[in-house]
Formats: sequence, structure tokens, C-alpha cells
Amino acid sequence: MIRWLIRRLWLGLVTVFCVYTLTFLMVIAVPGNPFQQGQHRVAAETEMALRARYHMDDNWLYYWEFLRGAARLDFGPTFMYADWTCNQIIGSALPVSVLIGILAMLTAVMIGVPLGVWAAQHKNTWIDISCLALVLVGISLPTFVTGTSLIVLFCVSWKLLPIGGWGGVSHLVLPVITLALPFTAYIARLTRSGMFDVLSQDFVRTAFAKGLAPRRVVWHHALKPALLPVVGYLGPATAQALTGSFVVEKVFGVPGIGQHFVNAALNRDAGLMLGAVLVFSTLLVLFNMLADAAYTLIDPRIRQAL
Amino acid sequence: MPDRVSQLGGRGREPRRNRAVAASVTFLALLTALSAAALPFASDWHDVQSLDRAVRHPPSFQPVVSPEVFDRAERRPGEARSEERAPHGLKNIAFHLTSLLGHDDLGRSLMFRLLPAYLISAGIGLAAAGIAMVVGVLWGMTAGLIGGRTDLIMMRVVDVLYGLPYILMVILLRVGLTPPLSTLFHGNSPIANVVVLFVAIGSVSWLTMARVVRGQVLSLKESGFVESARVSGASTWRILRRHVLPNLVATSLTYALLVVPQAILQESFLSYLGIGIQQPTPSLGRLAADGVEAVNTFVGFWWLLVFPCGLLVITLLALNIVGDALREWFDPKSRAATLL
Repeated sequence: MIRWLIRRLWLGLVTVFCVYTLTFLMVIAVPGNPFQQGQHRVAAETEMALRARYHMDDNWLYYWEFLRGAARLDFGPTFMYADWTCNQIIGSALPVSVLIGILAMLTAVMIGVPLGVWAAQHKNTWIDISCLALVLVGISLPTFVTGTSLIVLFCVSWKLLPIGGWGGVSHLVLPVITLALPFTAYIARLTRSGMFDVLSQDFVRTAFAKGLAPRRVVWHHALKPALLPVVGYLGPATAQALTGSFVVEKVFGVPGIGQHFVNAALNRDAGLMLGAVLVFSTLLVLFNMLADAAYTLIDPRIRQAL
Repeated sequence: MPDRVSQLGGRGREPRRNRAVAASVTFLALLTALSAAALPFASDWHDVQSLDRAVRHPPSFQPVVSPEVFDRAERRPGEARSEERAPHGLKNIAFHLTSLLGHDDLGRSLMFRLLPAYLISAGIGLAAAGIAMVVGVLWGMTAGLIGGRTDLIMMRVVDVLYGLPYILMVILLRVGLTPPLSTLFHGNSPIANVVVLFVAIGSVSWLTMARVVRGQVLSLKESGFVESARVSGASTWRILRRHVLPNLVATSLTYALLVVPQAILQESFLSYLGIGIQQPTPSLGRLAADGVEAVNTFVGFWWLLVFPCGLLVITLLALNIVGDALREWFDPKSRAATLL
């Protein structure tokens, strides 16, 4: 187990490093200059001084200096937002995205798993068909359409919830629902196919033959193996929900990290771009690792192979 | 309950499902035919503005804009005014449809923006599927067949590309590729814009395909018939051609079909964030995003929201229904790996 963990950590570190390098190459290959961008222009001497101060006059040097800073969790200054460091920006935006992302994933699991189990138990009945229809609609609706419809329904027509903004619990409801919908659909579908496979296996037949209550067979014996594909999906999905909710954040005006990815890239703000990418890929690697660990813990066959 | 659980037969769901698949295929075919038929007009008419009377005009059966306005848009600069005033034939029919879905904030006919938008979105979806089909299958097959260190490195590359934040990559690709492409297409920026999106969406669309194909190849390599072919002295090339490739066709085609709605959805997200298709070129995502922005609490321009979003959602739904049915047909035990 320890060896496995070390190997995974090492591979994850290599992946993050490669992602960083690739992003760096793209950042320097693309034309544009953070110091001469739109309204935000500085004098040539100032630019020279700034470049020298932050080791940006030499790409190779900047590459290593940024990495050295990042190792100490210091991503340096931004070049677009005066008086803000990358750490402050990421530090203020990331918790917002993490909160919404985790709530959305919890919602998705809590609705998707029972839905999938229910559909698998009632295969080929109207329950199963409506579940499939729900899944297909869930993955076909763009989040900005869902979000806008929810705003029109709950905020404009019924005046139940605030339209936008950030601060209270009521601001969380709609973004979480919108973000959770496609994930719920995927999880329900994965649970259904997983549960359906498991229910046709011998040990389930044995459990039924011993006279156990169907509820107990499904929820105690079959659920664990049936959830394996879901667990595998949760890793990348959580990372995506945490940081990839750009669209949902824009629909509801949530001050999350998504806007900074877009703005940093548009402004060629090298430091913020690299910092955000490092955070993103680290989260992705971490959640993939957690999912793999959970996978191993659930499945005794894999556990023994270690 | 146990008898329900042991009910393994695949009836019940099938007929209804077949009906849904048939309806989806019909819808997609009709829409494609319609937008292809309208293309000769739509390519000129999609940007015809009429700021005097048609601005945000609600849907009506009577055309709001006079035929001359469209006529003017079709003439190249310096070309003489055509003799006949009233449109005739197909053009007449097309003209009578111009106000059927209303007009947008510049008085452009929503109908003749939606039809080419469908074609552009479908083109982006198909291009992404094509890239997934070629690059993804080759990549996954090579990794799976060679195995060992090569496999490890090739799959690491896929992991790294997965780890790149997509939005950032798209913006950087756009910024980097637009100037050279614009000169390549002689300053025709709409074409350059669409090509950049092809590249950006295609560059990630093949990743899942590569993983799926690699897994398939690995399990094929272990299968009895490949082993017996090897034992009976077949060359690697022959095994690949006669035993591995035919077994990959069904899976890869199915996954390629599922890439199409994903790519269309991606494009709509990018357009919503303002980094996808640029005005005046229409795409389903661009129009849906414009419709979403037209929503306000005071005046409802409902047609700007309902028609583009409706068309986008129904198209995605139809594609997903067909792809999902195919997947289950070819690969009933699939763990829906496509969803990752």
C-alpha cells in the first residue's frame, strides 16, 4: 500500500510538472504582453524594470524561478490587478469554487445513486425509462440554459431566491443545483449499469436464495461492487466540478476561480495563468488519486493485488 | 422483488426506445436536409440587418422585411441591380419564412441564422468526431499493441492533456492560431475562427477515445482468437488487420458518435464565455448564448431564448439518444466509460 501510494504520488508529481511545462510553452509561444495589454500600459523602462525584477527577461530563468516560488506556495504578483498577488486572488476565489463544487458533488451522489439503483431494480419498467429520459435530458442541457431557466422560474416568476450575488445560503441553492444536474445524470447512469451487472451475479443469487430481504441484498451486498464505476468517475468529476464550473459561475455571478482562468488567459497574465493551472492540475491529480484509493479499498480483488 | 431483479430479458424498454431512436434520426435528417437546402440563401441572408422595422420583431407569418433588403445583400459590390423585383421559386418560399421565428436585436432573421448555425455546429461536432476517430484510434491502438514503456509514456501524454484546463488552452490556441490562419484564408476571419474552434475542440476530443481503444486492444490481445492466430503463424500486421481492427470498428464508431454532442456542447460553452464562434457567424451555442443574454425582467424577447435553446437541446438530445442506443447495442456491458 505504501509503495503504491509513493508510486502514485511520484506519477502525479510528474503529471503536474508536465502540465506546468506545457502551459508555460503555450504562454510564451502565444503573442501578447501582460505589460502592454488594452488600457493597462506601462512605460518601456518600467516594463524593463518589472521584467528584470520578476526574472521575466529570460524565459528559461522565469520557468525555474516560478517553479521555485510555486514549491514554496508563492505564485508571485499578478500583472493586471494592482495590489493583488496571485496567492490572494486564488486564495479568495478557490474556497468559493470548492464550496459550490463539493456541495454539487454531494447532491449528485445523493440523488444519482438511489436513482440508478431504483432504475436497475425496475429494469424495463416505466421507472427505468423515465430515469433514462431524465439522464439523457440531464446530459443534453447546457448549464447556461438550465441556470437561466432556473433564474427565470425561481427568481423572476416566483421571487423565491435572489438572482445573483454571493454571501448567504440562498445564493448557493441555484448554482449548486445547476452544477449538479449533469453529474447527477452521469452518476445515475453509471450506478444503473453497475447495479444491473452485479444483480445478475452468482453471489446475489445466493443471497436471494438464502432468503434475505431484497432491500438488504441490494443495499448491503450489491451496492458496494456496483458503485465501483461511480467511484472511478468521481475523481475527475470532482476536480472538474471544483474548478471547471466557469459557466455556472458566470450565469450566477459567483466570484469563483473560473473567471480568473478566462481573464488571466485573455490578459496574458503569465503568473496568474501558471498559478491557476498548477492549482487545477494538483487538484485533478489529488482527486484522481483519492478515487483510486477508494477504488482499491472497496474492491478486495484489487486490494490483494497490491 | 426478486423476480423483478432476475428479469434479464431486454424487452419492455426496447420498442419505446426504438421509437425514440427513429424519431431522433428522422429529426436530425430533416433538419440537416432543411438547413442544407436553405444554405444558398442563408449564406447571404444570415447577416442581413434591418434596423428600421425588424429590430426584435416577434415571430410572424408575414415577412417583416421587404425582399429588396435581402436582394441587396446578395449582390456583390458593383453588380447591377437584378431585373425582377419579386423573388420567385424556392427563394420566394424561403423569403416567406424569414419572419417565422422572429428577428434579433439587429433585425436579422432568426430563421436564417438558426439554419446555418445548425450546419456549423454539426460541422464542429463531426470534425471533433473525425479527429477522435483518426488520432484517438491510432494513439490508443499503438499504445495498446506495443505496450510496455511506450504504452506508459503515451498514456501519460493523455493524462497530461486531460490535466490542462480546457478553457485556458482554447484561449491560447485562439490567440496563437488566429493571425496565421487569417493570413492563410486571405483575411477571412470567420473561416479562421471556425477552424480554430475545430482545432481547439478536436485537440481534446480524442483523449477518451484513445483510452477506450487502448483498453479494447489490451483485452483483444489476451483473447483466444488472437492467441491462436499468433500460434498458427500469422504476422503481426495480419493479426492487426484481420483480428484487431474489425473488432475496434463498432466501439470506435459508437464513441465517435457520442463525441458529436459533446463537441457541440463544448462549443456552446465557449460561445457563452465569449471565446467561441464570433459574431456575425452563427452557431447553435452562439445563438443560445445571445438568447440567454437577451433575457431581462422587463420585456421578454422569448423567441430569442426559446428557439435557439430549444433547437440546441433537441439536437443534443437526439444525438445522445442515437449514440446511447448504439452504445448499448454494440457493447451491452459497457461501463459508460465515454462519460469520463
